[in-house]
Amino acid sequence: MTLDEIKQDQECEVVDINFEGMVGQRLLDMGFIPGTRIKVVRNAPLVDPVEFLMKGYHISLRHSEAKLVEVTLL
Amino acid sequence: MSNGSTKIMVALAGQPNSGKSTIFNMLTGARQHVANYPGVTVEKKTGSFRLKEDRIEIIDLPGTHSLTSYTQEERIARDFLLNERPAVVVDVVDASNLERNLYLTFQLAEMGIPLIVNLNMTDVAEKRGLKIDSEKLSREIGAPVVSTVGNRSRGKDELKKAIEMTLKNGQVTPFRIDYGEAMEPALSLLEKHLSGDPDLSERYPLRWLAIKLMENDPEAQKLIRECSKNGDELLKLVKEERNAFVNDQKTSSQKVIAVARHRTAEGIVETSVTCEKKTGKTLTDKIDQAACNRYLGPVILAATIYLMYELAIVQGYKITEYTWPLLAGFRDIVASLLPSEGFIFDPFFRSMPIWVIDGTIAVLNYVPIFLILFALIAILEDTGYMARMAFILDRIFRHFGLHGQSILPMVLGGLFVGGCAIPGVMACRAMKDEKARMATIMIVPLMNCLAKIPFYVLLIGIFFAGCKGVAMFFISTITIIIALGVAKGLSLTVLRSRPNAPFVMEMPPYHMPTFQGIMRRSLERTWLFIKKIITIVIVVSAIVYLLIYFPGISEKRNAYYSDRADQIQKEFFKETGANNPYADLLAGDNLSKFAGYWMDYKKAKMGAGKKDAKEAIDKKFRERNFAFFKIVKKGKYEVDGEIIKDKHAMKTYKAYKKLDKERNGLRRERREETIISSFMGRAGRFLEPVTRWAGFNWRVNIALISSFAAKENSVATLGGIYQSSQEDKEETLEQRIKKKETSWTALHALAIVLFMAMYPPCIATLLMVRVETGSTKWMLFAAFYPIVLGFIISIFVFTGGNLLGLSGFQVMILFYLLAIVFLVSMGLIKKESE
Repeated sequence: MTLDEIKQDQECEVVDINFEGMVGQRLLDMGFIPGTRIKVVRNAPLVDPVEFLMKGYHISLRHSEAKLVEVTLL
Repeated sequence: MSNGSTKIMVALAGQPNSGKSTIFNMLTGARQHVANYPGVTVEKKTGSFRLKEDRIEIIDLPGTHSLTSYTQEERIARDFLLNERPAVVVDVVDASNLERNLYLTFQLAEMGIPLIVNLNMTDVAEKRGLKIDSEKLSREIGAPVVSTVGNRSRGKDELKKAIEMTLKNGQVTPFRIDYGEAMEPALSLLEKHLSGDPDLSERYPLRWLAIKLMENDPEAQKLIRECSKNGDELLKLVKEERNAFVNDQKTSSQKVIAVARHRTAEGIVETSVTCEKKTGKTLTDKIDQAACNRYLGPVILAATIYLMYELAIVQGYKITEYTWPLLAGFRDIVASLLPSEGFIFDPFFRSMPIWVIDGTIAVLNYVPIFLILFALIAILEDTGYMARMAFILDRIFRHFGLHGQSILPMVLGGLFVGGCAIPGVMACRAMKDEKARMATIMIVPLMNCLAKIPFYVLLIGIFFAGCKGVAMFFISTITIIIALGVAKGLSLTVLRSRPNAPFVMEMPPYHMPTFQGIMRRSLERTWLFIKKIITIVIVVSAIVYLLIYFPGISEKRNAYYSDRADQIQKEFFKETGANNPYADLLAGDNLSKFAGYWMDYKKAKMGAGKKDAKEAIDKKFRERNFAFFKIVKKGKYEVDGEIIKDKHAMKTYKAYKKLDKERNGLRRERREETIISSFMGRAGRFLEPVTRWAGFNWRVNIALISSFAAKENSVATLGGIYQSSQEDKEETLEQRIKKKETSWTALHALAIVLFMAMYPPCIATLLMVRVETGSTKWMLFAAFYPIVLGFIISIFVFTGGNLLGLSGFQVMILFYLLAIVFLVSMGLIKKESE
């Protein structure tokens, strides 16, 4: 499954990143690498984007970006 | 300049939110200078401090998470390090977020410049129970580690000491990441080949270059192609190596490199950081529970935006009531130095400078608003709330090619009727998404700035008197609807090829900003604005003046006005009666002297409130010229406690009052004729056959053209063109327009109002657009597309309404509905990339 499918308060772990180009590089730079644990903190009031907690900091992604991150639920 | 000492460059790098600017301020104090990096709009801050014999120049690089070539900031930071080769790089690291920050540290180390790791915000880390062993950390990274708390200036001397030591010793042990057994051989091979080319090996860190080439970095490839004689050969080798790697490892090289960096960071944090307590919910979490809540979030956001608008625009405007007299006083001082007023027209060297000063102080008048606004923006940025604003609003704006961050510029520009496009355009600077930033810059001027309001109020008052509220609502919302549609249109067409940055955004912990930091930024940005804008505003308003002043009226008409002036003066002396001592007193030059006295007295009396104030004014004017005083008091004055009634003075007063009215009428008439026959006036007439389709006659054309210098002029010009003739001087401008334009309907007014809503940005805004886009072409585009758009809309409304036989009000409702349909369909168009 991909990161955009994870519901609020659920936790997951990154398996892989499907990427080409800028968005993928940026996700890698921010620490979306296999093994990273991610918690969904909340959706924005209009559902998209989504706020995540990983490695002690908060980051928000659009659904279209979260879709690139393959995860497994914990 | 320091005598004989050398200047040494030190770069300050770091990730966003690491407190880099506090370190910069701590080191440099007030010795700072803000400019832009060449060719781009990213701010380049430089400052300096003294270190023993040497002057150290600090360059604050843009805050970046990494050093790829994907974003402008990262390219700038990287090119600076690569080409300018500073003597030392200080890497400012958020101690509470060490692992993520080290990701950049490694990349800085790879660039082969002596490095100092500056652990900043150690107080925050301590509060979270993090203990960092900086000696261990220093050993692991092979660079000195200095702890600081930037916003409290803690650790300043230690940091300076470390810079001094590093300058002396250079790097002791250069740090090296192990990229794994699959990658390292490829890196060594590339490094070996690169070292064969002296053009490269003398200028660039080769291992860094090899890593970048394996990362498939387009800028690194370009560099090879441009610098190396056998670049093609090298790039071919790189391609082979990368393909072999991918085939072999079944994964991309970028991923392997990024993972290796993160793993190394993990390892270092594990050995040098211990976490003493498990933290529960932080304050930031608690605030965000409300601030990003589904229901409460938008309410808080709306309240914040409203508060900004209220404080900056509404309250700031009130402050201008106090600062305005200063500017007006300056104007009066200059005016008193210029050649004096003529009887029916002023000499060019009086009227031109006054016009230019008026235009300039009209812009300077907004400085208090800017100061407040920039302080508030700095607070939003520093506290971290800006990221939350973008988080909440992104979904809406994204559909129109904008970004969540577009909200702020739009509010400042006048989302709720009454803003200023200049700070609006300046606020776009904070936006990282280039495409959305450009689109926002282009639509901010479509918002309703303060200067458009009087024009709306005037026309609504005349033609929509029965439904003022509805009409005002129409105007304030139609502009947003059109602006969003335009933004989408631009991003699908002219902005299509601009890069769209990923949204991926850190939500930093909330943070209490310091008063000094906020004030410094506010003053800095305001000063930047004044410096950039003022000289050009002066030049342009002078040009506009020439266009409405020249070529001037014909000899014959001039003689006509002189005759009439003589006539009314003669009449004046006739009416004062024979044997009137005051008539002799006012003969010749003294008449214009008296005219000045008369006007000053009236002005002073108008401003005076209470009885004592009035008496004080009387006393002052009595001292200034007693004979004149007798006239302006209508012959009633006091001498030695005795009230005197002076019949002659009374008669003179009456005669002069009549003369004054006639003179003013004559002045206006002449000025009107000058404008009509001027270059601008001719253009207005010339355009009438075309603009008639939009319902504009030449008078409106002139008003619209001349308001280009600053929209404040539009009402003033209309006032000038719709002069009251002598019988009806007490009429308001509204009544005069109604009288002169009997054939006008609400449809005419609607077309004009809509054109005004789309009106091109004023000159100061255009200059700001030039600054923020870094391009004259875009500035011209920002000037012309609103004219075309506004004109099309006006023709559509006016001619369409006429054909259908609808009233202005009906057309207004119909147009509104059409605009909404247009907007929704624009919002639904998907970008090709999605």
